[in-house]
Amino acid sequence: MASSADTAGEGSHGDGDGETRRDFLMLATGAFGAFGAAAAAWPLIDQMNPAADTLAVSTTEVNLEPIKPGQRVLVKWQGKPVFIVRRTKAQIEAAGKVDLANLPDPETDAKRALKPEWLIVVGVCTHLGCIPSGTKHGELKGEFGGWFCPCHGSHYDTSGRIRKGPAPKNLPVPAYEFLSDKLVKIG
Amino acid sequence: MSDSKFKNPIVAWIDYRLPVFSFMEHELHEYPTPKNLNYWWNFGSLAGIILVIMIVTGIVLAMHYTAHTAFAFDSVERIMRDVNYGWLIRYVHMNGASAFFIVVFIHIFRGMYFGSYKSPREILWILGVVILLIMMATAFLGYVLPWGQMSFWGATVITNLFSAIPIVGDSIVTLLWGGFSVDNPTLNRFFSLHYLLPFVLVGIVVLHIVALHQHGSNNPIGIDTKSPQDTIPFHPYYTVKDLFGLGVFLILFFGFVFFAPNFLGHPDNYIEANPLVTPPHIVPEWYFLPFYAILRSFTADALIYLPISWLMSAKLAGVLAMFASIMVLFILPWLDHSPVKSARFRPLYKQFFWLLIIDCIILGICGAKPAEAPWTYIAQAATAYYFLHFIVIIPLLGFFEKTKPLPTSISEPVLKGGGGSSSAASTKPMEKA
Amino acid sequence: MRKYLISVAAAVSVAVLASSSAMAAGDAIKPPKQNWSFSGLFGTFDRGSVQRGFQVYNEVCSACHSVRLLAYRNLMDIGFTEDQVKKIAAAKEVTDGPNDEGEMFQRPARPSDRFVKPFPNEQAARAGNNGAFPPDLTLMTKARVGGANYLHALLTGYKQPPKDKKLAEGMSYNLYFAGNQIAMAPPLSEGGVEYADKTKATVSQMAHDVTTFLAWAAEPELEWRKRMGVKVILFLLILTGMLYGVKRKVWSDLH
Repeated sequence: MASSADTAGEGSHGDGDGETRRDFLMLATGAFGAFGAAAAAWPLIDQMNPAADTLAVSTTEVNLEPIKPGQRVLVKWQGKPVFIVRRTKAQIEAAGKVDLANLPDPETDAKRALKPEWLIVVGVCTHLGCIPSGTKHGELKGEFGGWFCPCHGSHYDTSGRIRKGPAPKNLPVPAYEFLSDKLVKIG
Repeated sequence: MSDSKFKNPIVAWIDYRLPVFSFMEHELHEYPTPKNLNYWWNFGSLAGIILVIMIVTGIVLAMHYTAHTAFAFDSVERIMRDVNYGWLIRYVHMNGASAFFIVVFIHIFRGMYFGSYKSPREILWILGVVILLIMMATAFLGYVLPWGQMSFWGATVITNLFSAIPIVGDSIVTLLWGGFSVDNPTLNRFFSLHYLLPFVLVGIVVLHIVALHQHGSNNPIGIDTKSPQDTIPFHPYYTVKDLFGLGVFLILFFGFVFFAPNFLGHPDNYIEANPLVTPPHIVPEWYFLPFYAILRSFTADALIYLPISWLMSAKLAGVLAMFASIMVLFILPWLDHSPVKSARFRPLYKQFFWLLIIDCIILGICGAKPAEAPWTYIAQAATAYYFLHFIVIIPLLGFFEKTKPLPTSISEPVLKGGGGSSSAASTKPMEKA
Repeated sequence: MRKYLISVAAAVSVAVLASSSAMAAGDAIKPPKQNWSFSGLFGTFDRGSVQRGFQVYNEVCSACHSVRLLAYRNLMDIGFTEDQVKKIAAAKEVTDGPNDEGEMFQRPARPSDRFVKPFPNEQAARAGNNGAFPPDLTLMTKARVGGANYLHALLTGYKQPPKDKKLAEGMSYNLYFAGNQIAMAPPLSEGGVEYADKTKATVSQMAHDVTTFLAWAAEPELEWRKRMGVKVILFLLILTGMLYGVKRKVWSDLH
């Protein structure tokens, strides 16, 4: 069956024209198949991205009422630590006075804190992801009175900016808004 | 290195040190294959591809699945609802299991029809039966993981099979469960083993292929290849034929995945497992139905049980019969001692082959039916026939069957183009389409 | 071999028919087939129907039945706006906590929360329902033989029991329920809800709508799945056609 159909359909094989057509069909089929394989790979990769329920739970509300001046607390947001500091006047002043020219990642303190009294930063060292110490009582706060990362010795100031050590960036400020004077929504 | 057969210098450099390219060249490209293989020979490579699909989707599913009785059902539903493309991956894995069995069953029956288990391919066949056994174990373990009602009660019923073993049976069941019923420890170990066994399967598949390549494929005529005229290189001829077959398979497969993903499943498995409520009608997945029918055929009053009733309980007899229905395949190469391989030249064997197929389908139907008359009697008769086929009919055929004359070479009937034996002519359309 | 193919195909179709009829067999009669917007190759959920169905669930069924696998945010997939979803969620209370004093507390639900269950656990549900447990409805259309047709038939299948049939106390007679005795009293009554879009709330209409809603709840991926399926099958048909061409060309050398 096949042999007669083949000869009828394609004429004599082996001549130049048949060869080109054969090459073209093979190339086209190969390209088409490769496209299909690539398309099939995407779901297998994309499944590792955050799932719909993970994306939906991306905000945390924090009651600021019990935090006293000078106190630092740690809350969890999107699985990461967030440092919330109720800064004293002296700390705010110290953060505001810094000469931006000396900073590895220049940012004004006013830009980093919506309300000067409250500093909210993600507590993940921008070097390689350790959690800097300095939030709990008695922990090392580093040379600039902010935080100190014990993994590779990065020092952060009272605005969470990098001052010394291998970290390239300031501690990131998450998106947040004050729902009321004493209630903040992070994310 | 200069005499390397590879033009690409990087390939040649690697191959000189690690001969993977030579190996592939030898086993995939040059590998001489009989030129007359028909489309029934597509199902081996197809099964291999499905195994890869199952492993890939399975690894991905394991990234989201939680093997704990309190979370398993919900984690599967989270995959279906929240994980990106999770529903697609799970439906592919779920229907992939069914597809795997369809393809492997066809592959096995092809081997039976064309006598592929005969010398010198006995070990090749035995490895295949081992693959079937591991597949069945893996499929059973996997079906428990979604922790639906059928998962739970299927696990309960199947693990209880081992309680039929005299003296140590109950201890073995407790050992399998890791407790006093199917519970969290059971689910956890089932997940572990379900992840492990497919890789064991890969190892045995490799041996299966090594054994295959030792003497090459059998073929529809069932006589050995004699000259280079009888063979063609595997690549490109059979690679492209296998790819075309894969395309046809994928169309059917994705038809199920996208438009009837639960057609072969059971609604009860969308109810979370409840150890205090048994569903009114427990059935295994479709691919276990014939075996399930054999298991249930052995009741205290069954005719097939009476001759051995002095020896063991009906429960034990059922369990042994179910395992024996697969074990008998191990010795098939010696039960069938006819010198002729292909059923094309064995007119009687061909009839009995189709009777066996019908018998297996009847067993499957009986397995799906409730255990009541007339289905129990039909199942008992079909079970008896199943064993009769292998233990009595096949050996007798070796003595009494008058086979048709064999062609002298594979090329002969092909060259004659429709001449030769009538059965060869009738199968012509299947070849080289 | 064609002869054999035909016989195998025939045997397989017999097996499939037999097994499907085995699945459908039971005490109750077969539910009549309804016309569903989501059936067929290109089926989609009728947005009006599925939203009305949510209203029926919310105002009637949710008194006893949970749909615990759904989250309020999912309602955006059937055409509710974000603000509507926030309002729907906020009308329910969920338990959260512990707070800084170590106490659990109640707060309004958010779109990210799963649907609030009417009873905290099975025991409470049984205690409140004459010993019967109202099952979770999220997967109901997948978890019953007959699916959506069965659900619709059950909701509209309440009848006066035949004279010779004795019902246990608190039970109702239903044509389509296995055993015909169901603990759920007829849940739908003419005009039981008032549809915002002025659709007449007959029992049959409400049953149709709530079944559509539950079909969506069970298979929220259905529309996406079918759309993707059409594309994938078309792609594979073309690819396989091309492969067939390549195969014929390659093999034509041999003849």
